Amino acid sequence: MNLALRCVAALLALFVSLPSAAAQDVKIAAAADLKFAMDDLVAQFEKQSETKLDVSYGSSGNFLTQIQNGAPFDIFFSADSNYPKKLEAAGLTEPGTLYEYAIGRIVIWTPPGSGLDPAAAGWKTLLDERVKKIAIANPDHAPYGRAAVAALKNARIYAQIKSKLVYGENISQAAQFVQSGNAQAGIIALSLALSPAMKNGNLWQIPQSAYPPLLQAAVLLKSSKNKDAARKFLDFVKSPAGQETLERYGFTHPIQASDVLSVPGNSAALHR
Amino acid sequence: MDALLLSFRLAACVSAILLLIGLPLAYWLAYWNWRGKFLLEAIVAMPLVLPPTVLGFYVLVALGPHGPIGKITEALFHRGWAFTFTGLVFASVLYSFPFTVQPLIASFEGIDRRLLDASAVLGAGHFRTFANVILPLSVPGIVTAVVLSFAHTLGEFGVVLMVGGNLPGITRTVSIDIYDHVQSMEYAAANRMALLLLLVSFTVLSLVYGVNRKFGRRMWASWATR
Repeated sequence: MNLALRCVAALLALFVSLPSAAAQDVKIAAAADLKFAMDDLVAQFEKQSETKLDVSYGSSGNFLTQIQNGAPFDIFFSADSNYPKKLEAAGLTEPGTLYEYAIGRIVIWTPPGSGLDPAAAGWKTLLDERVKKIAIANPDHAPYGRAAVAALKNARIYAQIKSKLVYGENISQAAQFVQSGNAQAGIIALSLALSPAMKNGNLWQIPQSAYPPLLQAAVLLKSSKNKDAARKFLDFVKSPAGQETLERYGFTHPIQASDVLSVPGNSAALHR
Repeated sequence: MDALLLSFRLAACVSAILLLIGLPLAYWLAYWNWRGKFLLEAIVAMPLVLPPTVLGFYVLVALGPHGPIGKITEALFHRGWAFTFTGLVFASVLYSFPFTVQPLIASFEGIDRRLLDASAVLGAGHFRTFANVILPLSVPGIVTAVVLSFAHTLGEFGVVLMVGGNLPGITRTVSIDIYDHVQSMEYAAANRMALLLLLVSFTVLSLVYGVNRKFGRRMWASWATR
């Protein structure tokens, strides 16, 4: 009995002590499209630093709601720069830390062996009769979905293919729909099209001029208990090594407000 | 409103199909004993422990053109079942399976064996005993099974999210609709829909449990005075 009690006490102590050991880690909430780039960035950073990073991937909108309700993240990497701006307006962020780290790109992607070649056919891929379903992210709340719809309207084929569209909850799910072959084509993030599971498919980069730029931003949260380490990671992302990594995974480097004197409402600088 | 009606249609289809599959299967599991039975029991209970995302992921791959079910549907109908109402029914039948089968097994096993023996002695075969003795005595269990699978399908989220593709009127069920509203930060609309679902679910459940209680008692009473 005594021994059993002691075992239980030891187990309890173990469980109680586990979270406190992880309390020093920097907790990052990252948009789903960042998965592969962020894994790489984290691995590079942890090699040169004592700090451990815990990354949660998910939909930016979900993270926004969670952070507004006190989720214990240190840094928020959003797929839509409006979400960190909302947090900033609500006074939930460290002043001056909002950083536009990348511009996301969208592509038309088809699975290998489908006989469809978007690189040659461009928009016509989606009009092909073999394409019965086209996967995009939900345009009601996913930034990549909004960009896809804007691009389809820009190409004047939205009305024609609207009935073929199926909606993923986020861009990863849209990619999963087409990668599993249930949809025959998809409009997905370039960063996902370059990922190990999808890089053997066929892709065509939709011209940047066809849709508003997918400006992505990160911000340090006011509630962070580990601000110094979190700042160091943000600095690493801004560094040439960090930016080079992001570009390798299909993100374009935006011109920062600190790089040029940007005029509010003038997005021309972003259309490089 | 469309989403709510769609969810009800899905739940009705699923509980009807599950009852048809569940009755013979539960009968088999309750009254027959064989060596590998525990394996089948484990499979029946699997959806209880598997996260809907796991089930949804497997169903999505299975329905795809390279999956076992996708190959069959492509050959028969020249199309896949993902992003269709039929596909949702298929996935939900798997997902709600234990909610029909387990109450039925419990109900069948609760029947006094002597009644079954008496029925056999009086010359009734298995089917007649099932139809005239087991079924009438299992009405409360059957109602429970149907209500549970109906309610479980009504509240289903993860599997529908994984295989549905969020098509209005076809696969956008009420739980997906509520999730979309929350995602778009339309909290008021989400709240309206959620509250409606809450009220409807509570009303249906309490109605059925209330009726079941009365009906169940009357069944037993009428049997005792026979």
